[in-house]
Amino acid sequence: MTWPRAVRPIATQPRRHSLDSPPGFRHSADVTDTSANRPLSFQAMILRLHQYWSERGCVILQPYDMEMGAGTFHPATTLRALGPDRWNAAFVQPCRRPTDGRYGENPNRLQHYYQYQVILKPSPPDLQELYLGSLAAIGVDMGVHDIRFVEDDWESPTLGAWGLGWEVWCDGMEVTQFTYFQQMGGFDMKPVAGELTYGLERLAMYIQDVDNVYDLRFNDAGVSYGDVFLENERQMSAWNFEVADTGTLFDAFRKAAAECENSLAAGLPIPAYEQAIKASHTFNLLQARGVISVAERQAYIGRVRDLAKGACGAWMEKNGWAA
Amino acid sequence: MGGVNHMTDFLLELRSEEIPARMQAKAREDLARLFAAELARAGLAATETVTYATPRRLALIARGLPEATAAVSEEIKGPRTSAPPQALEGFLRKTGLAREQLSERDGVLYAVSEKPGRATPDVLAEAVAAVIRAFPWPKSMRWGAESRSTESLRWVRPLHGIVALFGEEVVPVSIAGVESGAATLGHRFHHPGAITIGSAADYVEKLRACHVIVDQDERAALIRDRAAALAAEAGLVLVEDEGLVAENAGLTEWPVPLLGRFDPAFLDVPPEVIQLTARVNQKYFVCRDADGRLADAFVCTANIAASDGGARIVDGNRKVLAARLSDARFFYETDLKVPLEQQAEKLGKIVFHEKLGTVADKVGRVAKLARWLVEEGIVGGSGDAASRHPGEGRGPATERAQLDPGLRRGDAELAEQAYRAARLAKADLVTGMVGEFPELQGRMGGYYAAAQGEPAAVAEAVRDHYKPVGQGDDVPTAPVTVAVSLADKLDSITQFFGADLRPSGSKDPFALRRSALGVIALIIDNGLRFPLGHVVSRDVLDFFADRLKVQQREAGVRHDLIDAVFALGSEDDLVRLLARVRALQSFVDTEDGANLLAGYKRAANILKKEGITDTAPAQRHETLSYTPEKDEAALIAALDSAEPAAADAVAREDFEGAMAALATLRAPIDAFFDTVTVNDPDPAKRAARLTLLARVRAAVHEVADFAKIEG
Repeated sequence: MTWPRAVRPIATQPRRHSLDSPPGFRHSADVTDTSANRPLSFQAMILRLHQYWSERGCVILQPYDMEMGAGTFHPATTLRALGPDRWNAAFVQPCRRPTDGRYGENPNRLQHYYQYQVILKPSPPDLQELYLGSLAAIGVDMGVHDIRFVEDDWESPTLGAWGLGWEVWCDGMEVTQFTYFQQMGGFDMKPVAGELTYGLERLAMYIQDVDNVYDLRFNDAGVSYGDVFLENERQMSAWNFEVADTGTLFDAFRKAAAECENSLAAGLPIPAYEQAIKASHTFNLLQARGVISVAERQAYIGRVRDLAKGACGAWMEKNGWAA
Repeated sequence: MGGVNHMTDFLLELRSEEIPARMQAKAREDLARLFAAELARAGLAATETVTYATPRRLALIARGLPEATAAVSEEIKGPRTSAPPQALEGFLRKTGLAREQLSERDGVLYAVSEKPGRATPDVLAEAVAAVIRAFPWPKSMRWGAESRSTESLRWVRPLHGIVALFGEEVVPVSIAGVESGAATLGHRFHHPGAITIGSAADYVEKLRACHVIVDQDERAALIRDRAAALAAEAGLVLVEDEGLVAENAGLTEWPVPLLGRFDPAFLDVPPEVIQLTARVNQKYFVCRDADGRLADAFVCTANIAASDGGARIVDGNRKVLAARLSDARFFYETDLKVPLEQQAEKLGKIVFHEKLGTVADKVGRVAKLARWLVEEGIVGGSGDAASRHPGEGRGPATERAQLDPGLRRGDAELAEQAYRAARLAKADLVTGMVGEFPELQGRMGGYYAAAQGEPAAVAEAVRDHYKPVGQGDDVPTAPVTVAVSLADKLDSITQFFGADLRPSGSKDPFALRRSALGVIALIIDNGLRFPLGHVVSRDVLDFFADRLKVQQREAGVRHDLIDAVFALGSEDDLVRLLARVRALQSFVDTEDGANLLAGYKRAANILKKEGITDTAPAQRHETLSYTPEKDEAALIAALDSAEPAAADAVAREDFEGAMAALATLRAPIDAFFDTVTVNDPDPAKRAARLTLLARVRAAVHEVADFAKIEG
């Protein structure tokens, strides 16, 4: 399954933003690295976002230690979005989309990339201003760049989830998905959570003004994105498309599904959800290997959705929340 | 209140996060409609209502409202004073009044209630809340802390502010935690702070001063004019696109069109691809050069007046477009490497419909049908279409249309081209480019066919075989294209009907009505002599009849006249059918026509009463056993000459001529009814006269079943 959330943005230093004191409209000077007057490196951009959202009360999490197609799959989004409790978190999540692999030869497409994910529940009234503040924090000067909120409704058939929002454009480029979740796992959100998904590589390419993702400055000590990931893309693309043993993968899918149900029977929604994540990624690998027919595809998606919904339902039940 | 006739304007602004551009026009209509309905309930009406929409606000100005609603005196009629006491008691219970509170007039009791007028702001406060709660957004959402309840307010995106001013007075509204006031926000980036609106009178100008053009039409005009001017300054011509104008107006509060250039190397990609990429993905306009070719320029519409004049915005947009065009070029070049025949093999894996096999199956059927249409001379290169219309001097087309096998053979090469084009027509469905842009189906196939050296007629047919896709679309005229297009649509219609998947009511999931309209347009515009009954069943023919009525209604053709011709039962040649209908329409509008129709109906009614439904054998007066009366003999004579004249004219497809022949019957029929008694006591006379009337009916039915004609 391809997850309709690619993304990427930009900006700078933490400021308070509200309707009275609107977001950094024009402070590109803040945005550059302090040591040299140049745009933030990839890692500095992440650090800025961590700092920005940390100062706004978010739990800063580390990436989940499982392969997944989008930050939305992280239990800190999917499971924590459910129920009445306040929950504010931000984290980087590596995303794996095996079919997007291009052996390191395409300047824009990767089978492994990073999303920066922010989840705020309930959605705060100034979510748009907070978001624009984060863009300013990593270096986007809104006096010379055109930021637009363009309708983009989000739906994940595999998570039984949907929401309304926008893709955020910066000079015509989509840099963020901005969503007000309305349902997750088939359950109405009570209350609604706001989700921001920044496409970090795209945003960094924009801020650093480079045309090839592998040319990004990863840090300010001479390491490029290509130094870190190019060989990884080559090898993983080969494995995803050509090598991964399909028998093993089919077996893994069955086992994950069975283990999900085993966990549900034992009243353990978190491990059950992990197995749903595993089944989902395994399905993505099978797709990349080209061994799932069009007719079977819907059946697999339906199976993953059932697992995810089962885990969400068990999570609700375990917490004593009414649907 | 106080009886002053002072009129006041009301301003309402509902400020939210960005409203999808495509929803704004309908939202303005809904706002005006719901608001007017709420006012009407209170007995108020504005003298004028104006609505505005921007991405962040929906506004309404209602002019000329009174300070208060008028007091209303309502009278309910009760029983008569003489009515029994139970009736009075019942009325008193119903109205909650005592007997002495009723008034009496002409012996009837009335309950009169006085409803005092209400202050307009009170009415407005309720109206605004009601409008917000009832607003029919196509998709709406909940948000924020209030959404702990699923009953919380739903709006298109979070609602943040309400400006409600009656004159200069705030109309108090409180809904979902939003309190009305006089303050709003200006442009998100140019003027993010609060601004205070004085009244409806200064709303538009105060916002303009804060970089918000509230009026969507003004923004649209600005985009339209500025984009065209930018193109002209660059020596180019903007490709106009009102859809894009409206969409960009819905995405901006302060639109600033900017012109940028892209790498001219991308112009190798078909222009439709570039235009679609720019339009659909990026909402850019494109331009043409002086020779009409697509130019290496685009116009994007920013929402800010950038401090650097827009240089960085243009540069950013150029890069995004370049990345998109690189993708498009990649697909195009990859597709070009695979011959269409090879692509077409993959169609065997695509299910057309679960009951109807694969797309490859369909392609096989369509190719055979397309070839047959040419072989049978239904579609062909001989003679131009115009000369094949009836009544224009061609020989008896009825014979040509008999499809006598072997009688007429179209050009063999044309038939093979139709077959070949149909075999290739759907192959582009599996190409990368059409996967990316489904709306380019056909267009891309046409490019790929030309690139692999197919004859021009084949490539053109591949490109245009979906046409016409709607009313007003071009109707193909090239024979190969016509054959493939006709075959494709006929196949869909007959296959879905055969599988009992026909349209019903508002449901037409396979767009068969549109296909039928396409078939009709192809046949009529090309003057194709195609007896449809040879290839489709009766129910499909009836389906075509219905579509024809819909299609012809717009051309001002009366549906009852079409019915009158279809009712003959034998007419399945649409070109001839319409020629009959046209002649009929001119005829019934004449005095002769109207009178003949009246005479016909009189005759038909008598026959119907007598149960005579058969067409009587022609009967000549010398076989009569009695001497006919003068007007009887005259009618016989008139029929004797009109019948062969009408039949000859029909055979020549000269329907005006046939009508003229019938018109000669008008005076004799009128005279016959005036002076001759049909219901004569002599059974022989009666029978002969009924037979005469049956001859009249039969003669008229040579042209149309006049019984179906209204009036």
